[in-house]
Amino acid sequence: MNKTILDLWVGLFVIVGIAALLFLTLKVGSMNTVNNSDSYEVVARFENIGGLKTRAPVKSAGVVVGRVVDVRFDNEMYEAAVTLRLDKRYAFPKDTSAAIMTSGLLGEQYIGLEAGGDSVKLKDKDRIMITQDAVVLENLIGQFLYGNAQEGAPK
Amino acid sequence: MQHDNLVEIEDVAFDYGARPVLKGINLTARRGQVIAIMGSSGCGKTTLLRLIGGQIKPGQGTVRVAGESLGELNQAGLYRLRRKMGMLFQFGALFTDMSVFDNVAFQLREHSDLPEDAIHDMVLMKLHAVGLRGASQLMPAELSGGMARRVALARAIALDPQLVMYDEPFAGLDPISLGVTGNLIRRLTDTLGLTSILVTHDVQESLKIVDYVYFVSEGVIVAEGTADDIRASDLPYVHQFVHGEAEGPVTFHYPAAPYVEDLRLGGQSA
Amino acid sequence: MLKQAIARLGNRTLQGVGRIGFAVRFFVAIMLHSGTAFRRFGLTIREMYFSGVQSLVIILVSGLFVGMVLGLQGYETLQTYGAEESLGILVALSLVRELGPVVAALLFASRAGSAITAEIGLMKATEQLSAMEMMAVDPIARVVAPRFWAGVISMPLLAALFSAMGIFGGYLVGVQLIGVDEGAFWSQMQSAVDFEQDILNGVIKSVVFGIAITTIALFEGYDAPPTAEGVSGATTRTVVTSSLAVLALDFVLTAFMFRGLS
Repeated sequence: MNKTILDLWVGLFVIVGIAALLFLTLKVGSMNTVNNSDSYEVVARFENIGGLKTRAPVKSAGVVVGRVVDVRFDNEMYEAAVTLRLDKRYAFPKDTSAAIMTSGLLGEQYIGLEAGGDSVKLKDKDRIMITQDAVVLENLIGQFLYGNAQEGAPK
Repeated sequence: MQHDNLVEIEDVAFDYGARPVLKGINLTARRGQVIAIMGSSGCGKTTLLRLIGGQIKPGQGTVRVAGESLGELNQAGLYRLRRKMGMLFQFGALFTDMSVFDNVAFQLREHSDLPEDAIHDMVLMKLHAVGLRGASQLMPAELSGGMARRVALARAIALDPQLVMYDEPFAGLDPISLGVTGNLIRRLTDTLGLTSILVTHDVQESLKIVDYVYFVSEGVIVAEGTADDIRASDLPYVHQFVHGEAEGPVTFHYPAAPYVEDLRLGGQSA
Repeated sequence: MLKQAIARLGNRTLQGVGRIGFAVRFFVAIMLHSGTAFRRFGLTIREMYFSGVQSLVIILVSGLFVGMVLGLQGYETLQTYGAEESLGILVALSLVRELGPVVAALLFASRAGSAITAEIGLMKATEQLSAMEMMAVDPIARVVAPRFWAGVISMPLLAALFSAMGIFGGYLVGVQLIGVDEGAFWSQMQSAVDFEQDILNGVIKSVVFGIAITTIALFEGYDAPPTAEGVSGATTRTVVTSSLAVLALDFVLTAFMFRGLS
């Protein structure tokens, strides 16, 4: 096998292989993992986070602005402390609210931020004071039944 | 330091696992000599070659090549010593994915920094010495057995070694190739000042060209001497070997129960 | 009788353990002698041709077909949940995380792995390796190590090509044939496939598989008895052992990499 032809084929192979890798990286995947240098972290506390997991997206107005990086249980206050890492490009007012939403009917849970009106912005290590827990299906059903029972009772 | 004995084997023993193959061998080979090691199959001849080449270490005793004891060398030292040796394997052992030219050039390219032009000329010279200069572009698969072995010989002498070892160089060759090979071995040894050690059981061809013969049987050297000594020897084993007799110390029948007892019909079978 | 059977079992187990030990020493030897494979990279490139380039056809065609089947089967199932637009996610994640690295590895093991074993086994049987040793060239450095690095470098490239072809196959079937919305196909895929989590892990998997397959193939060839049955037995063992190793490693790596998700 002539050495030049060999080198040519192997070179072609490597180029096509790397092209496939690039295709997968750019066209198929998304590199929107927000990394440390251009982000800041805030904490939000919830009484019930439902099915929220780390690496879940943080969205505002439907656009991904960050990721959930840590979920912890506070043993003293008996609530969940969720750390959000937000892209430095987006600043939110101090009275922004964080709610746990579900994407679609059966989808994954994510955090939705709704901006408040405060002129002071959230900084690194700040805490989001206004939070809304995840909707728990059992409570919802219970409410519905209880509400129906109430309506039906005084008849 | 000029050593007259290129190879010295002293009191060497070697076992394959539990089976003793060689016991107490003493052998020397001087420069410029063609030595033959003869004996029937499985007597330990090839083991001796591998001991000299350093592929295995003796259980006891020393093997010295060019004054250096092989047992004391590390891998780097062993590789350094092997550049002074060439080995011709039984069926050539040519690298099947390279041409004849590349096979002979292998050692030159691996062990020297010579430019391609110099290597080209040296390869053709070696091939010319074995009469195959015109076959340099063939692949090993296209060669006959005799030609393959001659190419392997050219490859073995590529770096002008001091010692060349031949493992059954005459096995399976036609009469013409036999004559050519024997002739080549003698001529190369004389013109290049090599030492050649042949392991063979072809008596007729080797006795024509050797200076000294060692006869190995059951792991020990039973006889040694010049070609004439061997031809004239009346030791039973040597005599049987040299004259190709069917009966002698090496029996025709493999050990078995008495014939009559083995048969089913008739005889005393229970 | 039972005593004999147990004795034989014990013997075989000890032999097996001894072989594993030898294989580990062999691997370390390859690592130590890899200098030549890099200093004379031409040797490695040559082996990359025989292992990598010559596996391209089977990898690309298989990838295409696997992707197309994923598209078909995935569509059937997703349709019952009204989630056809997630077809892109299904195809991409299945391929990038699992099918790409694993199936490409299994194909590589049967095509290139068996070829390597047969070649090395035959070189040993015809005394070519001994001849090389006698010419003061270390066969591990000159013959074994280049093949090892060629396999390790080729494997992730082949897996990526498999995944890429598979996604293309899924696109062909899903969008062009069945009629799933093209925009939804790609955009949902892009939002669900994460570089670090999915693609990088897939690449790491294929590198690990490459190391396992090539080591096993080289070892079996080097250790094969120098007869026809010996070499053929070694070739079979290579394919079986490396396939099992790939599947087992896949489980271990997946458990390790994707545990953070639950």
